[in-house]
Amino acid sequence: MFSDQLHFLAQLVVSGITVGSVYSLIALGFVLIYKATDVLNLAIGELMMLGAYFCFTLITTYKIPYIPAFLITLVFSAILGILLERVVLRPMIGEPILAIVMITIGLGTVFRSIIGMIWGPLNYVFPGPFSEEPLMLGTIAVSHVHLWAMIMAITVMIVFLAFFKFTTMGIGMRATADDSDVAFLMGISVKKVVAVSWLIATVVSSIAGIFLANINLLNLNLYFIGLKALPAAVMGGLDSIAGAMIGGVLIGVLENLAGGYLDHLFGGGVKEVAAFIILLLIMMIRPYGLFGTKEIERV
Amino acid sequence: MTSGDFKTSYKADMAIFQTIWIKLWMAVLVVFMIFFPFWAGPYLTYVVNLAAIATIGALGLNILTGFTGQISLGHGAFIAIGAYSTAILTADAGFPFWLALPVAALITATSGLIVGIPSLRLKGLYLVMSTLAFSFIVQYVIIKWESLTRGSTGMGVPSPRFFGHAIDNDRAFYFLIMPIVVMAMLFARNLIRTKVGRAWVAIRDRDISAEVMGVNLSRYKVTSFFISSFYAGLAGGLYAYYITDISPEHFPITLSIDYLAMIIIGGMGSILGSVFGAMFVTMLPEGIRIAADIFGTSYPVLVDRFFEVKVMAFGLAIILFLIFEPTGIYGRWVKTKIYYKSWPFTY
Repeated sequence: MFSDQLHFLAQLVVSGITVGSVYSLIALGFVLIYKATDVLNLAIGELMMLGAYFCFTLITTYKIPYIPAFLITLVFSAILGILLERVVLRPMIGEPILAIVMITIGLGTVFRSIIGMIWGPLNYVFPGPFSEEPLMLGTIAVSHVHLWAMIMAITVMIVFLAFFKFTTMGIGMRATADDSDVAFLMGISVKKVVAVSWLIATVVSSIAGIFLANINLLNLNLYFIGLKALPAAVMGGLDSIAGAMIGGVLIGVLENLAGGYLDHLFGGGVKEVAAFIILLLIMMIRPYGLFGTKEIERV
Repeated sequence: MTSGDFKTSYKADMAIFQTIWIKLWMAVLVVFMIFFPFWAGPYLTYVVNLAAIATIGALGLNILTGFTGQISLGHGAFIAIGAYSTAILTADAGFPFWLALPVAALITATSGLIVGIPSLRLKGLYLVMSTLAFSFIVQYVIIKWESLTRGSTGMGVPSPRFFGHAIDNDRAFYFLIMPIVVMAMLFARNLIRTKVGRAWVAIRDRDISAEVMGVNLSRYKVTSFFISSFYAGLAGGLYAYYITDISPEHFPITLSIDYLAMIIIGGMGSILGSVFGAMFVTMLPEGIRIAADIFGTSYPVLVDRFFEVKVMAFGLAIILFLIFEPTGIYGRWVKTKIYYKSWPFTY
């Protein structure tokens, strides 16, 4: 009896960690853009969805194998990211927060309608290369998709940590995030930094989108999961990369636990709101997130 | 001989309608509004009613976001609370509408306090997030608390009765909604001229400076949340009476975005802007429907993908206004007025 319960708990935690790692990936997209440009990109859910649908079409309609299709999608989203920054976001530099938040919401709305126009409101099963057989870790079952999603998320994060630590561009991005005026005076091309952050964020969200489409179905509700990664980013603190990663995994595990243990008390669906309730509770205690820096303001 | 608009007394300076021309145009507008539903058909009246209800909601959000500078992605949730409170008070508790509506608005305002007080520590994007989280939670509660809200099946709302007459058609509703809208506008217009209003604007412009100048931040922020959600409750209640059948689908998360779009498109921090914005956002889908009827044969995509076209037009309107006219329709209105006033001189 005891081992049964422990097993249930372990299963919830493990699948929470795997889903949570995808949230971390999306949260990374939020944090990157926020750090470099002070923009909260609420269109990230739709960018994710666009990447997933694009890759899906390459695989099913153009019969391109999975991995090349994946890479083409990344190139496509890189171009899209630069384009978005140049055309829509750059005119908005210096505008108030609300205007910038709303313009990303507007972008998201437009993308959602474009996706709806092209692909329609159907559910698609993403043709992934992963086998359906679950992998057994001891007695805990983990599906291949989840495992690969987690490996991918960890790889991407290690790559980015190295990027920020060792490359000139990465150091420039950190400098810009810290103080864009000083970075500008030190000869860092702030425009380039902003463009690169948008590029990275759209690429990362495409990766997340493709894996989410593999885990769930591919349909027009996928963007909602992007919104669920928002608590992860905010919880960790909007300007902390490590916070985004930890926040993502934490949200994944906590919402799984809430779903597993509280669903029968509230009649189901607790998993869908758990992330937001946790977010509210954490913001009551720490208004700048777990690892965010408290801004010191002067008049 | 004075040329131009000069004031010689404080009374004249503080008047809401300052010149004889504004008074004249107001009178014309009132006469036009009284005869409007007799001249317009039921469809046009219906659209105008929806826009009028949205105006009340937009006024509320403009008080919170436009004047106090607290960005909220939870206004739709307050509208939903207002609508459900009205529905429950009328259908289950048997309140008459003239009592149910204000009580529901008070309930909503109290829920605004519940959100507002914990949000005092939050600023900017973190407030955006907490209000978004709040609206997800409200939606969940509405769907799951079936004994009170009937869950996702929704609930019926009996039509309001006034001296024995049921208010159940578009024209009757027009005469119920319009006085409330006018009162809501006048109240808001007067409120922002008082100490409270000036404190709000001070908080919006620089909260720390406001605090240093002696504005009690917590008190005025909470007041703003309270009044803003009172307006939302009124709008929600009227909406519930008007559509007679409410369900969670009527209050999606995107409703808050609709309202934010209204005040951005109309004009932030402007009473008239709320009216313009509410009219624009409510009538945009109807305009596209008309376009679809006319051009549907040559551009079938307008009909086949009507929903997506509607959504796209909405998104594009937000983006284009933000890039090209950040002051909204109200800003354009002021510029046009100045242009005609100073014509033929450009300055």
